[in-house]
Amino acid sequence: MANIVIDNIKKSFGAFQALKEVSLTINDGEFVSLLGPSGCGKTTLLRIIAGLETATSGDIRIGDRSVISLPPKDRGLAMVFQNYAVFPHMTVYENVAFGLRMQKADDARVKKQVEKAAGLLHIEPYLDRYPNKLSGGQRQRVAVARALAVEPGVLLMDEPLSNLDALLRLEMRTELKTVLQAAGTTTIYVTHDQTEAMGLSDRIAVVHDGRIEQVGTPVEVYNHPATRFVGGFIGNPPMNFITMPVTGGKVAIGSQQFAVPATGGEIVFGLRGETVERAPNGQGLDMQVRVAEPMGSHLLLTGSILGQPARVILPATETVRNGETVGLTLDPKRLTWLSPESGASYPAAA
Amino acid sequence: MTQNRPWIPYALILPSVVFLGLLFVVPLVQTIWLAVSDNGTPSLANMTTMVSDINFGRSVLNTFLLTLAVVPIQIVMALTMGSMVAKMNGGRETILWIWTIPLGISDLAAGMVWLSILQNTGYLNSILFGMGLIERQTAWLTYQTPVALFIGIAIAEIWRGTAIVMIIIVAGLNQVPKEFKEAAEIFGASPWTRFTRITLPLIRPALQSALILRTVLAFEVFAVVYALGGRNFPVLVGEAYNWQNQNQNYSVAAAYAVLIMVISLAATLVYLKAIKVDPERLP
Ligand SMILES: Nc1ncnc2c1ncn2[C@@H]1O[C@H](COP(=O)(O)OP(=O)(O)OP(=O)(O)O)[C@@H](O)[C@H]1O
Ligand SMILES: [Mg+2]
Repeated sequence: MANIVIDNIKKSFGAFQALKEVSLTINDGEFVSLLGPSGCGKTTLLRIIAGLETATSGDIRIGDRSVISLPPKDRGLAMVFQNYAVFPHMTVYENVAFGLRMQKADDARVKKQVEKAAGLLHIEPYLDRYPNKLSGGQRQRVAVARALAVEPGVLLMDEPLSNLDALLRLEMRTELKTVLQAAGTTTIYVTHDQTEAMGLSDRIAVVHDGRIEQVGTPVEVYNHPATRFVGGFIGNPPMNFITMPVTGGKVAIGSQQFAVPATGGEIVFGLRGETVERAPNGQGLDMQVRVAEPMGSHLLLTGSILGQPARVILPATETVRNGETVGLTLDPKRLTWLSPESGASYPAAA
Repeated sequence: MTQNRPWIPYALILPSVVFLGLLFVVPLVQTIWLAVSDNGTPSLANMTTMVSDINFGRSVLNTFLLTLAVVPIQIVMALTMGSMVAKMNGGRETILWIWTIPLGISDLAAGMVWLSILQNTGYLNSILFGMGLIERQTAWLTYQTPVALFIGIAIAEIWRGTAIVMIIIVAGLNQVPKEFKEAAEIFGASPWTRFTRITLPLIRPALQSALILRTVLAFEVFAVVYALGGRNFPVLVGEAYNWQNQNQNYSVAAAYAVLIMVISLAATLVYLKAIKVDPERLP
């Protein structure tokens, strides 16, 4: 019902192109994150969907109806603003109730909905207060509650949890997901926190420089990044990229031979740091370890492979000294091959 | 730095305090004493003279009527103009600049401008005659045409005094982040609801300042009235001026001055009470 089609949206501010041909389809009830670094155009896209900004060209359809020329209130959506936009002259209660009041809901329904939303976001103790007396995180939760209270078909959220402490963020994340899933709300969630995007989303759209670089489930995007940017942006530590010469359609990495989708020249292999295993003495691909950091749950190694910087993860049970050279075994199924020229990855081997 | 020498701010404002004290408080006390004394002894004689004067009732009535007519219109116009300007992308500064031109003109000059428009041989009559709407010159500014005179004076006052209100209100509107209006819009508020439920409450401080300033100035209206209506339209300050200059009676003039001050103070108190500004409820 409330599926969203973003069709070839472009947006320029003067000579600056903030969005370059963005297209994305979001299914009814789906939770999609827009993930990307600061300034890549996430807020701009969200504002265009909401109708607060006019696109230079392109179309937005919600529930198979073009909404591009409709004012925000006729698009049937709610939004959480990046800077909250909680009304300072209204109590928290009236803030949360605002959307319902605009819909002329009766007091009983307003009360019920406000209490439900406030309970979910743990803001009941502040309902009678004015937002000025609240912390950034508390205000942010008021903004989320205000959007949830109207039970919208489409919910747009612009970094709604960015100001919460780690523990509360984790808790809110789980609760948000549960509630939105139960209500079947179609959600677009803007964040630059990849863990948040991975944890919450049905699909992630990775935005870079005004373009969507890849759309996919968290696992797809993580395991098979479409571009070098995606691999480097997602994952902690980020994906390692190592350039190798290709001879006769094969690459020799350490003692292993890999068939690659190129016949000659060079190729880049993308290596997820946690997909390696320690090889028996003197075998595998050598890594010169500069720093070994025991993180408790795992061991983080920083150094170089074939003279190119790399970070890998070994089980916490391994011991490696700074300056030591370790041999690594790679899992061919979990490697990503990329073109050194375009930075785009080759399709995953079947 | 200044924490070690807390007297510095006091020392710096001392000259202005002394200056204001000498040039404001002293004359104020003198004026009040002049108004409530007769030959050096306390007396209400001046007040009695003032109140029993033939023009007193009319000047009070005229001043209040003019204030009641002019101030609300100015506030509404300034709000409208300010909201319109806020929606513009280009040319804002130019338009604001044009709108504030009347600010640079003294009130007497403003009166003269409107006199040249409204007098018998003025532009208004020329245009009306040119369009064939009137047969011969019509007088608008005499005691026989009180309504036209009142409207003429009100229009001149509105023309002259709206800019200051608008500047205060535009400054207030600029303080309201656009996200508040956008959030309201998303949640279904109509433009009018956004204005009344979001914008107006958030510009309360500016609105309060504008109302106080404009109302106090309206009670002090004089030069424009004098230029357009002379004594055909008595107002409080005009009466004070006449008692001072024509009748050379400084005591009754002082009584008028005190009356104007009391009215202004009362109006200010009413506004402060009526439009409460709670810093807790501002952005
Ligand atoms: N009104 C505007 N006028 C001119 N440039 C703008 C405007 N709004 C945004 N931009 C530019 O467009 C680009 C994208 O901005 P946007 O706010 O969408 O980024 P974002 O992805 O939300 O970043 P962040 O994570 O920091 O919030 C930025 O380079 C920004 O400077
Ligand atoms: Mg943003």
